[in-house]
Amino acid sequence: MGSVEISDITKMFTRDDGVEILAIDGVSLSISDDEFVSFVGPSGCGKTTLLRIIAGLDHAGSGSVLVDGNPILGPGPKVGMVFQEYSLFPWRTVLDNIAFGPEMRGISRQERRKAAHKYIEMVGLEQFEKSYPYELSGGMRQRVAIARALANDPDLLLMDEPFGALDAQTRNKMQVELLSIWNLSKKTILFVTHSVDEAVFLSDRIVVMSPRPGRIRSVVPVDIPRPRNRTAPEFATLRRDVLSLIEESSKQAND
Amino acid sequence: MNTNKSAGKRSPVYLAISVTATILFWQVLSDYIVQNKFILPSFTDTVTAFISLYTAGTLGVDILTSLMHFAIGLGLSLLIGVPLGICIGWFERVNQLLDPLIEIIRPIPPLAWIPFAIVWFGLTDFSAGFVIFIGSVFPILINTYEGFKSVPRVFVEAGRMLGCTSSLSLIRYIALPSALPHLAAGFRIATGVAWMCLVAAEMFGVSRFGLGQKIWWYYNLHQMDNVLVYMLMLGFIGLFIDFLFRYGMQRSLLRWRVGEVN
Repeated sequence: MGSVEISDITKMFTRDDGVEILAIDGVSLSISDDEFVSFVGPSGCGKTTLLRIIAGLDHAGSGSVLVDGNPILGPGPKVGMVFQEYSLFPWRTVLDNIAFGPEMRGISRQERRKAAHKYIEMVGLEQFEKSYPYELSGGMRQRVAIARALANDPDLLLMDEPFGALDAQTRNKMQVELLSIWNLSKKTILFVTHSVDEAVFLSDRIVVMSPRPGRIRSVVPVDIPRPRNRTAPEFATLRRDVLSLIEESSKQAND
Repeated sequence: MNTNKSAGKRSPVYLAISVTATILFWQVLSDYIVQNKFILPSFTDTVTAFISLYTAGTLGVDILTSLMHFAIGLGLSLLIGVPLGICIGWFERVNQLLDPLIEIIRPIPPLAWIPFAIVWFGLTDFSAGFVIFIGSVFPILINTYEGFKSVPRVFVEAGRMLGCTSSLSLIRYIALPSALPHLAAGFRIATGVAWMCLVAAEMFGVSRFGLGQKIWWYYNLHQMDNVLVYMLMLGFIGLFIDFLFRYGMQRSLLRWRVGEVN
């Protein structure tokens, strides 16, 4: 479960001075079950906006998003999201943060604790279940955020630059962990990032977007078998290709 | 480094020194310099007055009466201020509707309401409670409103993504806990204002008992040592209420805030 059908999405923004700006222009994309797709592109290409539309947090001007054939009309537990900034509820412990989704679905206290434990274990934070978010490092917080999103067992997991605030080493470690979580839980993951390296390391396909208005520049399949070696020649080649696609598209936009 | 020597952990030695020095200075000042019990009763005069008031039993009744006024006023403030603050903080239309009204009423000093309090409710305990309510409702209302206004958007969006979608459950599970530090701050300010209004409200003779009422009563009898006893009682009880409140907050509600402040 977790196929996504994005058809002809457009989105207008009204600037403060009243001028309408086309943020996303006719984006269509098919994503199959359990696929890992990254979105890269220069800032202003609408990749975060697109993710928010798929999440149901923003509404598209026209076009539609279908998840497993059902149109997305608003946020819901079938689609999980991990945000860029720290979004854990600071008044809840790690365990209660992860159990929040099941709690909202009316799952009994015992059942949702059991579910939460399963995902705490998956992200390796068993010792911290009673801690409050302020006691955790940035990487640990994002692991809890991933566990919290997974606890609702969504078919589709959206990630908006989830590792953007982490240092390089933690970031690489988190990428490896994310792939193992993806292997264990088998979800479709849509991943927005600024880092081409990250996109090449993680994805089945990379969607390169161009700015003003946001369009899909090209979709690059990544055929390197996992686990991927960041220093391997084919890895470097692919990274260079994607980088030049991004550079081209941002140059075009500035002309 | 002395990191554990924060402002909250003062050495009892310094406390003892400062209290003893103040009492000595006070005693010497009143016995040898002022030499007039009406202008400045000494420490021993005040202690004697306290003992006789305490054994007569009126002091206890006065404290209970004042606490009742305090509870009526503050209770009403919570009952009205918190829900109203939530509504104007969460629903933009309610805010636009009520904000002008609140901004007009708020600057009126609570004591200016005393004539109407007496006209509407007579010389009753509720009348005193009403004046205290007027004084304490605005800090609670404004802080609740501020707290709800400043709920980070990402908390609301994270909540919605996890299936917390109705306004009611968003308020209950996301906005209210997030705004709790603001509410606590508002409540603390409100208790201070309420305690101040209490004295003024009681001075107008809404009942035969009460700490504020007795200050005025003994002033009219020119028994300034008794006045001083009641002043000190007001101070100590105010301090005690604030202490209870801070202790309760730190122990239970705001454990998660430890890492947020500083």
